[in-house]
Amino acid sequence: MPERRVVITGLGVVSPAGIGMDALWDGLLARRSFTRKITAFDASEFPTDLGGSVEDFSARKFVPKSYRKSVKIMARDIELAVGAADLAFRDAGIVTASAGADAELTIESSRIGCNIGAGLICSDLDEMGVALASSLDDEGKFSLAKWGEGGMSNLTPLWLLKYLPNMLACHVTIVHGAKGPSNTITCGDASAHLAIGEATRLVERGGADAAIAGGAECKLNPMGLLRQSKLNRLCTTWQGDASEACRPFDAQHAGTVIGEGGGLLVIEAMDSAKARDGRMYAEVVGFASACDPCGIDVLEPTAGGLGQAVRAAMRDAGIGPEQVGLIVTHGTGVAGEDVCETVEWKSVFGDHVERIPAVAVSGSLGSLFAGAGGVELAVAAKALHSQTVPPTVNFTSPAPDCGLNLSSEARSGDFEYAVSAAFSVGGQSGACVLRRIEP
Amino acid sequence: MNPRRVVVTGMGTVNPLGHDVESTWQALLAGKSGISPTTNFDAHTFPTQFSGEVKGYDFAQHVPNPDRHVHAGRHCRFALGAAVQAWKQSGLYDYADLDRTRLGIYLGSGEGSIDFDNFTGTIVDSWRDGKVDTRRWAEYAFKRMELYREVEQESNMVVAHLAAEFGVRGPAFNVLTACAASTQAIGEAAFQVRRGDADVILTGGAHSMIHPYGVTGFIRLTALSSRNDDIPTSSRPFDQTRDGFVVGEGSSILVIETLEHARKRGAKVLGEIIGYGSSADAFRVTDQDHDGAGAAASMRAALEDAGVKPSNIDYISAHGTGTKQNDQIETLAVKSVFGDWAYKVPISSVKGMLGHLIAAAGATELITCILAIRDQVVPPTINLHHPDPDCDLDYVPNAPRKVPVRTCMSNSFGFGGQNNTLILVGDRDAGQ
Repeated sequence: MPERRVVITGLGVVSPAGIGMDALWDGLLARRSFTRKITAFDASEFPTDLGGSVEDFSARKFVPKSYRKSVKIMARDIELAVGAADLAFRDAGIVTASAGADAELTIESSRIGCNIGAGLICSDLDEMGVALASSLDDEGKFSLAKWGEGGMSNLTPLWLLKYLPNMLACHVTIVHGAKGPSNTITCGDASAHLAIGEATRLVERGGADAAIAGGAECKLNPMGLLRQSKLNRLCTTWQGDASEACRPFDAQHAGTVIGEGGGLLVIEAMDSAKARDGRMYAEVVGFASACDPCGIDVLEPTAGGLGQAVRAAMRDAGIGPEQVGLIVTHGTGVAGEDVCETVEWKSVFGDHVERIPAVAVSGSLGSLFAGAGGVELAVAAKALHSQTVPPTVNFTSPAPDCGLNLSSEARSGDFEYAVSAAFSVGGQSGACVLRRIEP
Repeated sequence: MNPRRVVVTGMGTVNPLGHDVESTWQALLAGKSGISPTTNFDAHTFPTQFSGEVKGYDFAQHVPNPDRHVHAGRHCRFALGAAVQAWKQSGLYDYADLDRTRLGIYLGSGEGSIDFDNFTGTIVDSWRDGKVDTRRWAEYAFKRMELYREVEQESNMVVAHLAAEFGVRGPAFNVLTACAASTQAIGEAAFQVRRGDADVILTGGAHSMIHPYGVTGFIRLTALSSRNDDIPTSSRPFDQTRDGFVVGEGSSILVIETLEHARKRGAKVLGEIIGYGSSADAFRVTDQDHDGAGAAASMRAALEDAGVKPSNIDYISAHGTGTKQNDQIETLAVKSVFGDWAYKVPISSVKGMLGHLIAAAGATELITCILAIRDQVVPPTINLHHPDPDCDLDYVPNAPRKVPVRTCMSNSFGFGGQNNTLILVGDRDAGQ
């Protein structure tokens, strides 16, 4: 069977900019940043107390009433995914099983796949503390013997299920009755590109007619701050306004800011989308992944072989540098990573990087880790659909060795192809090529 | 154009029964148990005090460049050892022409073990008035917790270590779909090879949850056997007296590649992956779909992908965890897919001997399928003495069986309802 064409028909984003793709898009066009002082816990003794939080969000609003009690066993990462998935299906105009047993489904359940990128879900310290405090010896030290005897019973029976990374996909498939192939990719910041690429392949080869794909993660908590600080990835020196701290590719870039969020897309066979007269944001025409064997040295910045991933994705799409009209970068704002990433893009595009408009969203949102790629690809799809390149927030003048064509202003254009790529700490990368749907 | 055929040319394993493929296979055919009292931590007060630990494994003896991996966590060390075996068997150490951009890696690796003492200690020491004082916690955590112990917990770090060891520059993925992860990784890797995205892929899984929080998590879910008084027979897949699974640890890694690439470099074909299926129960995070529809859908998808009929399957390597629910539902699912053939096809679960290697289970079980075809013998389900009326198929109880084996099915079902199935044959062109 010939490969089927695959399009993006739904955008579901939960980000520090707010709930929904419109909040993000409007925020970007208004050049707003949503990084701020962390209020969820006292972060004053950490090397930085800045973060990009999602305000006024609970997955309870995005699940059927009968499923609300399950929200209790969802870590924040899972809640973000559940919210983003519901938004994506609604945006696509696809009625799923979440509408109830009597609902007329747009697509048969067994033909909907799922692939959601996730990270190492961070433990809730207070939840652990309550249980651990019940297992202290006479000197107030933790006793493993007491824990084994019964202290562990103070953890909720389903405790483990809050922290398994596949639970993002599992809750989403349960809520929406998606019974097709389901996968969970855990490759750091590259996860969502890899998940969306794999979901595209699944639909392309006929394993499903549609898939919910992308990623979500929350490292905006003490464990996340600790780990990212130890990796020297966080901005700890910014003296100005909190909203200006994350500055991808900017002359003053000095580290990233931890955000939280999820970006899930509805990936659908073009035939299926056309048959139901669904809106198509963009076609996914190329995907590839690559690896940098130096990724093991986590304190040495790399961009995970991003250039090779982009080259292979463009080969997959059958296009050359001259055809690309938009680069959606990963742009973490970590100085060394921005430089490595620029080198990778230049290795593919050469002098074309000066012509092709580029954008980074982390200045507005902070780093979303496994959620980042879903948001970045949502932005790429929206940009193609609206023929508008949003501004790069907090970019004023380029850092040395970072000569991508970024702008602090929105730009309108006439472009057919967008390329988006991301890389992980650890050395993996994923790249997708999107094509404009001709009106 | 015919789709590319995907063959296995190398395999390696580090598990509770052995540190290589052959000794593991001999132990499995002998019906040995790898389950023993837990030593990774002091579990003497835990409701479950035993597990399937990897014993006496000296990482430096197994890996050419151990110094490159000083920060590698426990499961990562297993994975490196297994991968080196697979690489060696595939002949890739002696093949200078391998294009590293056409070499991929697709693992189903678990998260690394948490730094239990320091994580626990910092929480206890900063506990004030019913919550963690995050100011104090930050102070303690930055002093006591160490960069690499933290970073190596991210499940993509095993990919990073294997990439460094073998110079991987092609596609790189890690999937973590709980107990189904490495079956899913191998299936997805096979699709990558079939589509032409890579010539060679290192695939498989690695995991260790034998640490206090891992075991706690399963105990709270009431998923584990608590047969502390009879440890070697604690893991009892399909037996009426089964009382839960036994957590194991380890890694199994395979080298897969296109048949054309294997032939070009003269590599011996150990097996061919001809089918892969995947599905979601979309039922509950706590239970499997009661009628086994999700598991059945996965098996049907794999059969369809392979283009074989149920009656062509000569052996099923079961997920067979030894929990009440899994074994009963898996049996139902096999019946719904195989009809009358369900009662004739030999089915076994090696988890009775190995325990449940979680993310590493599927890859380990696929290796046993390759060996079953090679030696025309299927491994037993041990500790099966009390037939369960709900589990009334032929599970090859207690002793291996010589049977003609051409085509095998291997099943893995993850917590939360992600189901995966592989179908494998031997070297179809041998003797031609």
